[in-house]
Amino acid sequence: MNAQIDKAVNGVSGWVTERTPGLAPFLRKHLTEYYAPKNFNFWYYFGSLAILVFANQIITGILLTMHYVPTAAGAFASVEYIMRDVEWGWLIRYMHSTGASLFFVVVYLHMFRAMLYGSYQKPRELVWVLGMLIFLVLMAEAFLGYVLPWGQMSFWGAAVIINLFSALPVIGPELVIWIRGDYLVSDATLTRFFALHVVALPLVLLLLIVLHLGALHEVGSNNPDGIDIKKKKDEKGRPLDGIPFHPYYTVKDIFGAGVFLVIAAFIVFFAPTFGNLFLEFDNFNEANPLVTPQQIKPVWYFTPYYAMLRAIPSTLLGVVVMGGAVMIFFLLPWLDRSKVRSYRYRGWFSKMMLALFVVSFVVLGWLGLQPGSELQTLVARICTAFYFLFFFTMPLWTALDNTKPVPERVTSHA
Amino acid sequence: MLKSRFFALLLALVPVSALGSVNLLDAPIDVHDRASLQRGLGLYMNFCAACHSLQFMRYSRVGEDLGLTVEQVEQLIIKGDAKIGEPMITGMAKADGTAWFSKAPPDLSTTVRGKKGQEDWVYTFLRSFYVDESRPMGWNNTVLAGASMPNVLWELQGIQRATFEPAGEDGCAIARVGDNCISGFVVQPHEAGRLSPAEFDRAILDLTAFLTYVAEPARLQRETLGVWVILFLSFFTLLAWLLKREYWKDVH
Amino acid sequence: MANEGVNNGRRRFLTATTAVVGGVGVAATGYAFLSSWKPSARAQSAAAPVEVDISRLDLQPNARLTVQWRGKPVWIFRRNEEQLAVLPGLAERLADPDSENTDQTPAFARNLARSIKPEIGVLVGICTHLGCSPTYVPELRPQAFDSEWRGGFFCPCHNSRFDIAGRVFAGVPAPANLPVPPHHFDPGNPNLVIIGIAPEEVA
Repeated sequence: MNAQIDKAVNGVSGWVTERTPGLAPFLRKHLTEYYAPKNFNFWYYFGSLAILVFANQIITGILLTMHYVPTAAGAFASVEYIMRDVEWGWLIRYMHSTGASLFFVVVYLHMFRAMLYGSYQKPRELVWVLGMLIFLVLMAEAFLGYVLPWGQMSFWGAAVIINLFSALPVIGPELVIWIRGDYLVSDATLTRFFALHVVALPLVLLLLIVLHLGALHEVGSNNPDGIDIKKKKDEKGRPLDGIPFHPYYTVKDIFGAGVFLVIAAFIVFFAPTFGNLFLEFDNFNEANPLVTPQQIKPVWYFTPYYAMLRAIPSTLLGVVVMGGAVMIFFLLPWLDRSKVRSYRYRGWFSKMMLALFVVSFVVLGWLGLQPGSELQTLVARICTAFYFLFFFTMPLWTALDNTKPVPERVTSHA
Repeated sequence: MLKSRFFALLLALVPVSALGSVNLLDAPIDVHDRASLQRGLGLYMNFCAACHSLQFMRYSRVGEDLGLTVEQVEQLIIKGDAKIGEPMITGMAKADGTAWFSKAPPDLSTTVRGKKGQEDWVYTFLRSFYVDESRPMGWNNTVLAGASMPNVLWELQGIQRATFEPAGEDGCAIARVGDNCISGFVVQPHEAGRLSPAEFDRAILDLTAFLTYVAEPARLQRETLGVWVILFLSFFTLLAWLLKREYWKDVH
Repeated sequence: MANEGVNNGRRRFLTATTAVVGGVGVAATGYAFLSSWKPSARAQSAAAPVEVDISRLDLQPNARLTVQWRGKPVWIFRRNEEQLAVLPGLAERLADPDSENTDQTPAFARNLARSIKPEIGVLVGICTHLGCSPTYVPELRPQAFDSEWRGGFFCPCHNSRFDIAGRVFAGVPAPANLPVPPHHFDPGNPNLVIIGIAPEEVA
C-alpha cells in the first residue's frame, strides 16, 4: 500500500518536474540553498512577520468585503452588521483592525533594524528604496482603509488630510476637488477609496514586496555585525558563516510567528481598541458632516508626522516638512558615509545620534496624540528640528566618527 | 527646587482639562453578570425604549445572550407587533422627536463605545440630572450641559436638585455653570424616589451594563474564547520553539 | 553539522507534531472564516415564518391573499365545493396528477387537493417554467386559452396552466406542479396560517 502511494506521488511529482524544470532550482536558490548569516537576532523576525500580517490583511480583508457596503448611506451600518449579524464577523473585523496597527509596529521595527545594522548601505540600496516605496504605499493603504467604516474620525480625518493638498500653489484647490470627486468628502470619495484600498493598492503592494525580496536575494542578507559573509566561503562555495534559510530560518520564523500571534491574540480578544489607539471611540459614531469632533487626529502610526505638521505655523511649509520627513528616508544610503555598516562598530557619537533620533520620533508620536499646548508645540519643534538635523548632518558625523575594528567572522550572542 | 520645576514642566506637558471635560464617575459594571443585564434590559424597555431605538440590536440576539426564551422575549420585551428576529426599533419617529425635543432622541446602539468615557460617561450622565427651570423640559445635566432629554428616571431617583457655590480658582468639583460651581446634588426627603440611593445606583449600573453589552454583544463571547485561543497558541509556540531548538543544534 | 542519524527521528516527530497542531489552528480559523458565509442574523430574520390571518378571505368571493415568504410570493385562497369536485376528473389532462414529484409537494400535502384543509389552498405563486407569477383564474368558465377550463392559474408568459390545486397541465412548458410551501394552521386559531413550518415540525 505504502509502496503504491509512494509510486503514485513520485509519478505525479515527476510529471510536474518534467514540465517545470525551473521550479526545483528556484526553490533551491531562494530556500534550501539561500545562505543567510547565522547570527540573525531578535531584530530579524520582523521581515517574515510583515509577510504574515500582510497575508492576514488580505484574507480578512476579502472576507470583510463580502459583507461591507461601500456607500455613505450603508457603510457604517454594514460594519455594525458584520460585528453583530455575520457569524464570526466580529473576529474577522478585529483581526483586520488589529492587523493594520500591528503592520506598522512590525514595519517600523523592521526599518529600525535596517538603520541599526546599515542594511541600506551598498549593495542593498535598491532593497532599501523598494522598502521605502512599500512604506509609502502602506501609509496610503492604511489611510484609505480607515475612511471605509465611515465613522466621525473616518470622515473628518479624510477631510483634514485631503484639505492639506489645497496648500499646494496653483493646483492646490482644484486638486483637492479632483481627489474627493466632490466639493466635500462624500459618497464619491468613499467609493473610490474603496476601490483603491481593496484592489489597486494591494496589487501594487504585492508587486513591491516580490521585488523587495527579489532584490534582497540578489545580494544576500546583511547581519548584526554588518560584515559580508560571502567573503569567506568553504570549498563548495558556501559562506562559512551562512546557513540555509530552509530549514533553519523557516523553523525559527515559525517560532517567531507563534510569539507574535500570542500577542496579537491577546489584543484581538481582550483589548481590540487598545486603549483608543487601534480603534478610536469617535469612529463608533456615524459620520456627520455637520458636527465637528472636539479632537481630530490620525491613527497612532501617523502621529509622528502629524505632530511635525502641527508644529509648523504655515500650512504649506508644514505639508512640505511632513512629506519631507518621509521622503528623506529614501536618501539614507547616500547620506550615510560610514565605512562601517553596523552601529555595533561605530563610535559613541553615532550611537547617541541614532538613540536621540528614535527618542525624537517616539516623542513626536506621543505629541501627535495630544490635543496640544504651547509647551508641547515647543517640544515638537525641537524634535522636528533634531529629526532633520539627524539626516542633514549625517554625511559629516558618519564620516568623522570613530569606528571599532570590524570582525572577520560573525560574532553571535548566546 | 529643581525637582518641583521638573514636575511642573512634566505637568505642563499634560494638557489641563478645561472646558468640555467633566469628572466622570467610575462605573463598576460587569457585562458577564447576566442578571444585571436582564435587569438593565427591563429598565431600558420601561424607561428608554419609548423614545430611543437600538437599530443594530435584534430581539432574538438579546434573548439568546441574556438567557431568555423566545416566548419570554415575545411576551415580556416586545411591545407591538415586531417579530423576534427584527431590530429593536422602538422610540419615536425622527420628525416627531425633533419637533418635540428640538433634537431627536438618538439611537443608542453604539453610544457606550462612541463616548470617550465609554460606560463611565453613560453611568455618570444618567445620575447627573438636576432641576433647571430655565430649560424647556425643566431639567439639565452636568455631563451634557443643555441636554434636551428630561430626567426619565426621576420616579426612581427622586427629584434631584443641584447645590451651587461661587466658582473659585480651583475649578469646580462637578461642573461649572456661568460664574458658579455645582458642588453637589441633593434629593429632599419629600421629593424622594421609589428607590433608595443604593438601589438607584444599582439600577443605573444595570442599565449601563446593558447598554455596554448592546454596544458590543460579541464581547461576551470574545473574552471567553480568547482564553482558549491564547492557551492553544502558547502550546503551539512551545512546540515551535522545541522544533527550532532541535534544528539549531546543528548550528555553531 | 551534527550527526544526522540520531536526531532524525526526533526531528520528524517534532515537525509532525508542530505541523499537526498548526494545522488544527489553521483549520479552526478556516472554519470560523467559512462560517461567515452562512446566512447572517439579518438573512435568518427575513427568512422567518410568516403568520397570516385568513379571516379576510371571507370578505370577498374568490379572494386571494399574497404574502412574501423567503422572497417568494405565497398565495392563500379558498376553494369551494364546485372547484374541489372537478379535481379528480382532470387527471388525464395533467402531467403529475398524483403529485409524485415530492420536490413540489411535501408529505403532508400528498392528497387530491394538495393541502392540509382542502378548502384552503396554499401555494408558492411562481410558475415552474421560467419564474413568472401566474394569474388567478378561479371561475369555472371557458377561457380563450382553454375551452374546458375548470378553474386554476394561467401563466401569461408562455401559456402554462395549473388547476385550482396547483397541478400542472400536460403539454405546457412548465414541467412541475406549483410548489406547496411548508405551512400549518395554528392549533389555537383556525384562522391563522403559519407559512414556513410544516405540521410535523410544530413543537
